Amino acid sequence: MRRSSTLCDSADACGGPSGGLDRGGGAGGGRVAWLAMSSTPTSTTSLHGWGRTAPTLAHVTVPSTPADVVAAVTGAGPRGVIARGLGRSYGDPAQNAGGLVLEMTGLARPPAIDADTGVAVVDGGVSLDTLMRAALPLGWWVPVLPGTRQVTIGGAIGADVHGKNHHTKGSFGNHVLSMDLVTAEGAVRTLTPDGPEAELFWATVGGMGLTGVIVAATVQLQPTESAYFVVDTDRTRDLDELLMLLTDGSDDTYGYSAAWFDTTTTGAKLGRAVLTRGSLATRDQLPAKLRADPLKFEAPQLLTFPDRFPNGLANRATLRAFSELWYRKAPRRQRGAIQNITAFYQVLDLFGDWNRVYGSRGFLQYQFLVPSGEEPALRRIVEKIGASRHASGLNVLKRFGAGNQAPLSFPQPGWTVTVDFPIEPGLHRFCDELDGLVLEAGGRLYLAKESRTTGATFKRGYPRFEEWRKVRDAADPGGLFVSDMARRLELTQ
Amino acid sequence: MIDAVGNPQSVLLLGGTSEIGLAIVAAFATDRPMRVVLAARPSERLDAAKARVEKLGCAVETVDFDARVVDTHADVIRKAFAGGDVDVAVVAFGLLGDGEKAWTDVDAAVELATVNYTAAVSVGVALAERMREQSHGAIVALSSVAGERPRRSNFVYGSTKAGLDAFYTGLTEAMRPYDVGVTVVRPGFVHTRMTEGMKPAPLSTTPEVVAAAAVDAVRNRREQVWVPAPLRGVMSVLRHLPRPVFRRLPV
Repeated sequence: MRRSSTLCDSADACGGPSGGLDRGGGAGGGRVAWLAMSSTPTSTTSLHGWGRTAPTLAHVTVPSTPADVVAAVTGAGPRGVIARGLGRSYGDPAQNAGGLVLEMTGLARPPAIDADTGVAVVDGGVSLDTLMRAALPLGWWVPVLPGTRQVTIGGAIGADVHGKNHHTKGSFGNHVLSMDLVTAEGAVRTLTPDGPEAELFWATVGGMGLTGVIVAATVQLQPTESAYFVVDTDRTRDLDELLMLLTDGSDDTYGYSAAWFDTTTTGAKLGRAVLTRGSLATRDQLPAKLRADPLKFEAPQLLTFPDRFPNGLANRATLRAFSELWYRKAPRRQRGAIQNITAFYQVLDLFGDWNRVYGSRGFLQYQFLVPSGEEPALRRIVEKIGASRHASGLNVLKRFGAGNQAPLSFPQPGWTVTVDFPIEPGLHRFCDELDGLVLEAGGRLYLAKESRTTGATFKRGYPRFEEWRKVRDAADPGGLFVSDMARRLELTQ
Repeated sequence: MIDAVGNPQSVLLLGGTSEIGLAIVAAFATDRPMRVVLAARPSERLDAAKARVEKLGCAVETVDFDARVVDTHADVIRKAFAGGDVDVAVVAFGLLGDGEKAWTDVDAAVELATVNYTAAVSVGVALAERMREQSHGAIVALSSVAGERPRRSNFVYGSTKAGLDAFYTGLTEAMRPYDVGVTVVRPGFVHTRMTEGMKPAPLSTTPEVVAAAAVDAVRNRREQVWVPAPLRGVMSVLRHLPRPVFRRLPV
């Protein structure tokens, strides 16, 4: 994220899009101060997603109370407003070119957790990392954790994030008891999953911030005896063996399950994988050494990558070498290993700003799902990736359980695959071809990762899109909430 | 919005019947159809261009645009943006003129200067304002190698392209803080209607090749491209040749 040197102290000084950047004495006058009702300072900032592609300029303000959010929302100009959390979405849902972006990390009082019931009241800008650190000493666990803990509560609801335990626990929205949403008219509405405004609740779950700004939520935590996992590892020869392990019924005996697989190998080794599955350890399962402090949370950050990586370093050769190493370092078969969350779950959280490895051109994460029964299609897609010149090192395959009732929630029973491609010439065509295969199989794309599809393709994957749009439009008839993604995929017009 | 891999959703072509301009539109549309605004004087050629772009699956609007009437340009750009954000604006209009007439007939000279330079600046200023407001997008300006070093045979044309080139090269820097990319495309001799009947210069090329280079530049946010690429080296040498040598060259 690049921040301009202009930090306006008052709304007037921030004029409009042409005023905000006038540094060398340029005349920004004559424009109406479009942020007139807000007293929070704004700065003009270039924003991009985690993939570091398609940056756009927005006016960014950091509200620290729900009242600040209301003031900013009601004072937003013609190019609207969107909330932004920790910027972990890969594409452009937390960008709003020429408009207002609310950086929600300022709205983050310490979570209030009821130690008896595990009910947590959390501000929208609190990260799952913070929530987890607050909950663990009390014996409670965050029920859904994506691949990074560096996401906010608002973002977790907005993208309806899922984790390795989707097949047993569903997605994040399933665990939200209520939320406070600042809507377009500037009201704070308290929504519940089955209350009078349940429709708006479920439109907000997975709604990518386009229904309003989540300022707080009540989340039901899950009890745990430890912060460790009992993990089984299986290395498979190929994709078929992996799919067999995932469908022989054993998967449901684990709380958590996901596989890394290789897309740089073809033929007999196509999709060879390392499947790691586990469950939260009980106190008794821990070795004596760990039993003394079973809820200890170890989350070190080894290093932060500097922004010095050249384009093209992550290429077919290096990613093939990485994949070979990753495959070989995994045990062929291992049972009952005790691992902490970083080792088992969120390996990438060991590294700060790891997305810089892909250089200034950035990268693209492609995550799709195909429904159960479409294994041949899944195989064809993996084959296509393997045969292409677009290499990916970090590939995850996971079996999803039942979806929830949110119209735009991504997970559905079936298979989800995530691959990372460095941005290279020809990638746009390749991804369009993958889209075709995914749609043909009745699949869909995940908005938290999406950065390049068409509105039509996206909507074909979500047959309940119009239902969502009706609820959204009723809550925000003027189209105040808008993002680059909403413009790109025509989600809100 | 231009997406993560450089696909635009909307393209504005100033010079809506320009062969190179239409080739750029076609190159984008073959990968992914989009909304297209063609700005040109109403004519049968414009109708044909519209039909051709529609055939590629694009939704096409037209806006009445006369490069000679500079004081209408702000309004033209306003109309071009009325249907929504413009992701890529291509400045493709221009005249070649008759090399001899252009330096001996004041009207011909002024017309060339107005269309190729003044109008390019005038729409450039208006485009820049709109792009700053929307805070995203890309501008592509079609310059020419003729602007790199004036030649006896077409130096008035060359002078207008030198002006255009300098303006848009500077605009690249001015728009950088707004996340708006500006690309200056410098083709050599291109086989088009404009050059029909002329003897092709070495390294001559086609509108399709120029278009592919321009689209590639937008996708990769490049600020300057020569078409074909070796022209950069060639022109760098030509630029530094002593005048007595340069004037003897058959270029």
